[in-house]
Amino acid sequence: MGGLMETLKEAKTTLAFLERNFALVKRYLGWEIVFITYSIVNSLCILFIGVTQGKDMVMYLAVGAIVWGFLAVLFHEISESVAWERWEGTIEYTFMAPVRRFTHLFGSCLFAVGYGILRSGILLSCIVLFFGLSLGNANLFAAFVILLVSGLSFIGLGLVAAVLPLLSTERGAYATHIFEAALLLISGVYYEIDVLPRWLRPLSVISPATYTLRSMRKAILEGSSLQELWPTIVFLLVIGILLIPGGLFIFHQAEMHAKRAGKLTRGG
Amino acid sequence: MREAISCEEIHKVFYEGRPWSKRKKIVALERICFCVGKGEIFGIVGPNGSGKSTLIRVLSTLLIPDEGRASVLGYDVVRNALEVRRVINRVSVDAAFFKKLSAWENLRYAARLYGLPLREAKAKCLHILEHLDFDPKRFHEPVEDLSRGMQQKVAIARALFTSPVLLLLDEPTTGLDPRSKRDVQDYVLEIHKNHDVTVLLTTHDMHEADKLCDRVAIIDQGRFVALDKPEVLKRRVALENGRGHASLEDVFFALTHREWED
Repeated sequence: MGGLMETLKEAKTTLAFLERNFALVKRYLGWEIVFITYSIVNSLCILFIGVTQGKDMVMYLAVGAIVWGFLAVLFHEISESVAWERWEGTIEYTFMAPVRRFTHLFGSCLFAVGYGILRSGILLSCIVLFFGLSLGNANLFAAFVILLVSGLSFIGLGLVAAVLPLLSTERGAYATHIFEAALLLISGVYYEIDVLPRWLRPLSVISPATYTLRSMRKAILEGSSLQELWPTIVFLLVIGILLIPGGLFIFHQAEMHAKRAGKLTRGG
Repeated sequence: MREAISCEEIHKVFYEGRPWSKRKKIVALERICFCVGKGEIFGIVGPNGSGKSTLIRVLSTLLIPDEGRASVLGYDVVRNALEVRRVINRVSVDAAFFKKLSAWENLRYAARLYGLPLREAKAKCLHILEHLDFDPKRFHEPVEDLSRGMQQKVAIARALFTSPVLLLLDEPTTGLDPRSKRDVQDYVLEIHKNHDVTVLLTTHDMHEADKLCDRVAIIDQGRFVALDKPEVLKRRVALENGRGHASLEDVFFALTHREWED
């Protein structure tokens, strides 16, 4: 009973992070609109390149743009959560609050998932509006399952990347952006990974986004069923299950290191 | 448990410079030992960089000492960090807020973190802010639009509305105008009188320490050079100097062997 109450209390505490992040998005609405507009225009430009090669290519690129849009927001929101607190100067206050780190990070992840879905929804609407794509052949349920399962591994990757700003204020934030850019390059977001230089291809194999995009395209372009996609889904699930506790463990170790080295301050 | 704080041989060293180069060693805290009784207002006075905030950060569970043991109400600050966090709160020299959010949005976030019902939290905050002469009309304005003094009052409300057993005040009045400073000092005395709260106050304002603290420790270069009641310290220095009276400032300069120019 006590354990259940404790769990409910912790679940309620996640609201702190959801509400706070939502309030911050509201207050920085101007910048949010700028970022969303930029990402939409960027995606539309890439899709227009595909127009000359037919609707299938547009659809192929659209899947890449939407899936990457979602995964990138997820990764970015989680990995930047510490950097953001440090920039605002609230890092010490949040880290000395009576909240388990899991609850803290879970709250940030929940917000990231919600915000990622919202942004991807806006992007999808714009793509449909501009290109009038039909999803008649797509297996949307399978696509949704893949997105959900892939989200777990990107949450795990985000947790690992969130460690970097914890260890080094400015350079940590640089490193998370480079990490995100590397994932974009190697994961076959807008092209098949076969076109990459041979020396780069092994990196594609270790990126969960590679499998997400491949199976997502099968579900949407070819209408593949869950049974057909099952091996990839299980594989993505396993990566997620390994990466989340792994990310939490690494975050805990980094937090302890930051506390020993005196880096848990607004100045780092 | 009669002690709110117990520190045994707390030692902390920082290193400046890159790990691969010759690094400068800075002893931030050197074998600090002290206890603070429940309900006491304990002051730590010292110049900038003397180790006051480092000690507060150890007690806030934000910094792990290299050696020694610190506990709050019997909970070890390293091993039982979550339990310690449940009974403390802190006001730091820089009122740390989400600048674009309003005072209430920041306090609401704090209420959620500490598991307080929002209605109760709001009522408590407004009550505290009223005592601190904060204009309630500005409660919903972004914090960045509030003056430094008003921000500090919101920070004090944020620390107090969680009803901490131990309140860590890290230079809470630095940079405040005389009126705000007096409001804060009077309120600290009032809550101490009316509530079962222990206060650890760091300051470099000797007058503030003299006015508020039951006991005072003087810290210099990471070491406690004196620890006693302000009257005892003043009497001791007055005797040593062969004068009838000494202020806490005189005590500080006599014990740290510093000059005004320092």
